[in-house]
Amino acid sequence: MLLALPILVPLTTAITLQLLPQHPRLLRRVAFAGAICALASAISMLLQVEAAGIQVLRVGSWPAPYGITLVSDLFSALLVTMVGIIGVAITASSFAGVDPRREALGYHPLIQVLLMGVSGAFLTGDIFNLYVWFEVMLIASFVLMSLYRTRAQLHAAYTYVGLNLLASALLLTAIGLLYGQAGTLNFADLARAWPERGTPALDGALAMLFLTAFGIKAGLFPLFFWLPASYHTPPAAVGALLAGLLTKVGVYAMIRIFTLLFPHPAAGVYTVILVLSATTMIVGLVGAIGQRDFRRVLSFNLVGHIGFTTVGLALWTPAALGGSILYVLHHMLVITTLFLVSGLFLRQRRTTDLRQLGGLYRSQPAVACLAMIPLFSLAGVPPLSGFIAKVAVIGAVLNTDHYVIAAIALATSLLTMLSMARVWEEAFWKPAAANPAQARLSAAIVAPIVWLVCLTLGITVAAGPVYGLSMRAATQLLDANGYVRAVLGEGADAAR
Amino acid sequence: MELLLAVIAGVLYSTGIYLMLRRRLAQLIIGLGLLSNGTNILILSAAGVTRGKPPLITPITTRADQFADPVPQSLILTAIVIGFGVLAFALVLAHRVRRSTGSDDIDTIGPDRV
Repeated sequence: MLLALPILVPLTTAITLQLLPQHPRLLRRVAFAGAICALASAISMLLQVEAAGIQVLRVGSWPAPYGITLVSDLFSALLVTMVGIIGVAITASSFAGVDPRREALGYHPLIQVLLMGVSGAFLTGDIFNLYVWFEVMLIASFVLMSLYRTRAQLHAAYTYVGLNLLASALLLTAIGLLYGQAGTLNFADLARAWPERGTPALDGALAMLFLTAFGIKAGLFPLFFWLPASYHTPPAAVGALLAGLLTKVGVYAMIRIFTLLFPHPAAGVYTVILVLSATTMIVGLVGAIGQRDFRRVLSFNLVGHIGFTTVGLALWTPAALGGSILYVLHHMLVITTLFLVSGLFLRQRRTTDLRQLGGLYRSQPAVACLAMIPLFSLAGVPPLSGFIAKVAVIGAVLNTDHYVIAAIALATSLLTMLSMARVWEEAFWKPAAANPAQARLSAAIVAPIVWLVCLTLGITVAAGPVYGLSMRAATQLLDANGYVRAVLGEGADAAR
Repeated sequence: MELLLAVIAGVLYSTGIYLMLRRRLAQLIIGLGLLSNGTNILILSAAGVTRGKPPLITPITTRADQFADPVPQSLILTAIVIGFGVLAFALVLAHRVRRSTGSDDIDTIGPDRV
């Protein structure tokens, strides 16, 4: 039952929000309370998984390969907890004011539906169900993205919609072919039965189809172009939600499917993933250097850092995969914080164009110091969470003797440093333009940033336990037998 | 039968992707529709086509060769419903783009600055 809560709580909240009288203050409070409950259920699930191993819920009591199962291992539980944390931050940021038209068009329920879709994708143990959760999450994000009418926003919305629908069609194609081969849709049953039944010719094609579909969602090179074209247009809270969660669902699905279904680390597809990860780092972070708008800088950084989260899958060692998991956790927190910081810029100066910003350190020293933490955490300055995650990834890469990849990771970290330092210099240190329009910052707009920054610092303070959890999650992922036994019962084994 | 379905799926995929590469929004949406129908036919044929048998297990049809596999059919049904919803949304979006910019050519709608 605990496993269904992170899905049921946002669903209940979304329905309640639709039924309540449409007073903005009431809606915001209910949405926030729902997010708190979802976080609480996610944390209790994480504690249970941490103590008692992989948890399985057979929905409707149908036995495992026939009905839909919800499965939570450490990786899923950690990510669902992150969804809860980000959900709390985003719903809290609505107290600072949401555009009334948007609020009337269902802003709050849509956020809850999006959170539900993401949690569902993290928890499901059935590949077709994964597709359905992807669609739930996408349609919510489509509507959130296209609630606006300016040219740039509409352009961004259909780029986003078109590319994501193409990815969904590819995913569905891969699922259809996989079912034709294996005759089952359950992850554990697929891991048990498919590698021996599959034909080698189709193996490669399926792996590439999955890689393309999830690569588009995750923003891997060369499939990322929709992301910087669309993430800078919606309001800061929506941008933060999409940036923090959606690409990570692509990364999650990729790690889940490939560890279970394509277990041979020598398979060619892992070389492809390795090369794409390295190229993603280079292209994303070189792209970030040339941008003049803060949110476009962030979008390109988001793309570049996806490379760090997939490199662990390509290397297929517990240390590398664990490093990537830690990186996912850190990156979800920090990129969401930075998109919320862009909301501060919008609130104060009505722009996120770095050329027009400036003097924010002089006018708001406390807020500037607060914003400094995620900026430099993303760049990997010790002792912040980015440094710890980068050490974990790059150390594991060096241990597998991929010196070129390690060099690329280090060089692109310098590029991140460069782009973040430029943001700091342009937005905070540079003298302000003559008479900038100043708006007062309410506590409600700063509070979510404080919450996320505290958690980023929490990763620094509790680096040992968090690192340990990531490593255990990676070991669990690489041991497909454990997953298969937890779902199908003792005696079942993955075909290896 | 499988061959015919495979050819139809292939034709739908290729026309769908060709249309998605065009510059007009209306063509993009028709392309998406064709692509999702191609996927549905692919699921049907990849899972094996059984002619003239119901996807039901009744007291008289208990052997595996007496009924069709119901799973691909339910997958297609779900995919059709989702595809319908998404297509409807895409149409509304295109309509709004057309209304606010007076054009559905991607090059002329593009953002004013990049």
